[in-house]
Amino acid sequence: MSEPTVTLQHLLGLEGVSKQDIQILLDTGFRFREVLDRPIKKVPTLTGINVVNLFFESSTRTRISFELAEKRLSADVTNFTASSSSLNKGEGLKDTIQNIHAMKMDAVVMRHPAPGSTKQLSQFVDAVVINAGDGTHEHPTQGLLDMMSLQEKFGRLEGLKVGIIGDIAHSRVALSNIFGLNTVGADVMVCGPGHLIPPHISELGVIVNGDVDEVLSWADAVNVLRIQRERMGEGIIPSVREYRSRFGITTERLARHKREIVILHPGPMNRGVEIDSDVADGDQAIILDQVLNGVAIRMSVLYHLLAPHQPLEET
Amino acid sequence: MGTIATLPGEMIIKGGILYDPTTRESRRQDVAIRNGRLVETAEISSSKAQALDASGCLITHGFIDVHAHFREPGREDKETLATGSRAALAGGFTRVCVMPNTDPPIDDPEGIHFVLERSEGLPVTIYPIGTVTKGQDGNELAELLEMRAAGALAFSDDGLPIQNGEVLRRALRYVRELGVPIINHAEDVYLRAEGIMNESALSTRLGLPGNPVQAEAAMVYRDCLLAEDVGGRLHIPHISSTLAVELVRRFKERGGAITAEATPHHLGLTEEAVRDFNTHAKVAPPLRTEDDRQAVVAGLIDGTLDCIATDHAPHTIEEKEQDIYQAPFGMIGLESAFGMAHSTLRKAGLTTEQVIDLFTTGPARVMGLGLTPLVPGQKAELVILHPDEKWTFTREDIHSRSRNTPMLGMTFTGRVRGTIGRNMWFKAPENS
Ligand SMILES: [Zn+2]
Repeated sequence: MSEPTVTLQHLLGLEGVSKQDIQILLDTGFRFREVLDRPIKKVPTLTGINVVNLFFESSTRTRISFELAEKRLSADVTNFTASSSSLNKGEGLKDTIQNIHAMKMDAVVMRHPAPGSTKQLSQFVDAVVINAGDGTHEHPTQGLLDMMSLQEKFGRLEGLKVGIIGDIAHSRVALSNIFGLNTVGADVMVCGPGHLIPPHISELGVIVNGDVDEVLSWADAVNVLRIQRERMGEGIIPSVREYRSRFGITTERLARHKREIVILHPGPMNRGVEIDSDVADGDQAIILDQVLNGVAIRMSVLYHLLAPHQPLEET
Repeated sequence: MGTIATLPGEMIIKGGILYDPTTRESRRQDVAIRNGRLVETAEISSSKAQALDASGCLITHGFIDVHAHFREPGREDKETLATGSRAALAGGFTRVCVMPNTDPPIDDPEGIHFVLERSEGLPVTIYPIGTVTKGQDGNELAELLEMRAAGALAFSDDGLPIQNGEVLRRALRYVRELGVPIINHAEDVYLRAEGIMNESALSTRLGLPGNPVQAEAAMVYRDCLLAEDVGGRLHIPHISSTLAVELVRRFKERGGAITAEATPHHLGLTEEAVRDFNTHAKVAPPLRTEDDRQAVVAGLIDGTLDCIATDHAPHTIEEKEQDIYQAPFGMIGLESAFGMAHSTLRKAGLTTEQVIDLFTTGPARVMGLGLTPLVPGQKAELVILHPDEKWTFTREDIHSRSRNTPMLGMTFTGRVRGTIGRNMWFKAPENS
């Protein structure tokens, strides 16, 4: 039996990815979850395939998740972490492109501070390109793992009501969630400080609501975004106190809504700011499932983009 | 590829229609040139003269660009006065005003002399613009009167806006009696912030910081208020939005001594050009929506905007191959200017002659330049245009040292077939 194949060549974002492709990636993700539950967690699927993890921004969690996924598929992994100072010297994409050519890489997993950088890269290299976060644009594997976690919890995605709370304007997680959830037929409401909601975002098919309590009374699940501390230093967010009281998912606030609301958070968390510890560690949170699903969905993406004709059964 | 060569001693351009933008009259006429001047056809000996077939073409005054960046001194790897002049000639231009944001900036009379000296013998006439403030620092006025005396045609800190309103007000008053324009890049730097492209649903979709139309409009409004009060001459470059066009229209109705320009890229392209994170489409002010584009077109049609200017801004391939944050703003535009503007404006109902006015009499009026009528005795500064020729813009058409344009591969209607400059002439490749 041959596996269903995706039409994607690269994973640059979830915008424009078809519902069918998303469903295939999620289905395979669930099958890799089974692999992760086996005593021996390694399969030979990508033996002989060279993958480089190219991180121009530090992100330990995402890099480790990709690295685990690659190793469990038996790929040869190279890690490259560039400092932001080399970017300032203009040694950015161009050098990267040349190095990838020289190293004869089959795939590049890239995290870069500039929106569109992975798309630009894909236009110049033969290798498969996977976006591990391009600035404030997209983080497609995060979007997929969030959807996988929601599907696991609810058994469906279509018709699901998902709130996204926080600094939407500077969030690649929000955009990938919006694009992915829209495609599979879920409804999305975004909520956060008004000046951190991008203008015209309703044209992307989401509802904007400035009142967290209204979002909580509407949503089946909420994805709580990390507030970057720098924004407070810059005076963009007036204070931790005000943020927590207006937009934080606190124990008291959640208790007021006498419904089961599933809580997601892409991590790392500012406990006591955007989310209370009790909430993050409580029964309603599926934050640790997200971490595990992250490895599985990244295995699925790597598998479909790099070994699409190899039946998964034989692995 | 087209050729740029020494102008022959005698030349006769046959079979075309002569359109004189100074009188707006057209007539079928052969045009004769001897030693760079227009002469009666009878004076040309047909045996010695180079004959040029201009069937189907209009012959008219060479174009004037009031806004180009030639990067000399300092960034000769992007463009020099010499390479920029060749690009201009290939685009149909015979006069170009060059912006002073070089390295160092042209902010004193010596700088003006430098540009004028370096321009001697080039195929197009170069008019230097001086900075408004010393070192383009936005604070201290440069020696505007001395620069004017040395030959500066106008003043601008372009590339940067003069953010301090009092400095602009001071400059407008200081040079008011000279009648020369102050050109202020109209973007409020605080509102523009980190904006890379037009702020819109598309910028949100792409996760790119947006530059709102209000950044332009707020500055246009402030500048118009100041010019109106002081009575100085204000020229607003590269208008990009509906709001800014409306503001200029309103202030002109109130009688302000205001002029404004539109670039071919704001006429013919929209923010969609950035959808693939194409750094060549990263310009300031940004390409905007289809509604904005149409408003700029309408502004040129009803005379709210006075002329077309290229904002030719050459950058190296290396710089534009960086990520979208690091790549600099700007695209080249001399060689594609007529094709892009003519294609767009003719579709919107203008005649070729009206488009020619926007490249000749319009910019001449903005800069207070005399335009010589096309009669015997005058210098031959001519462009030969085929209004109906469809052509695809390729690298071969580029004479600039840079290649940074998102227009490569686009098909235009209307082509520059030849340009007669100072001692040199450009000839487009034969129709294929
Ligand atoms: Zn400018």
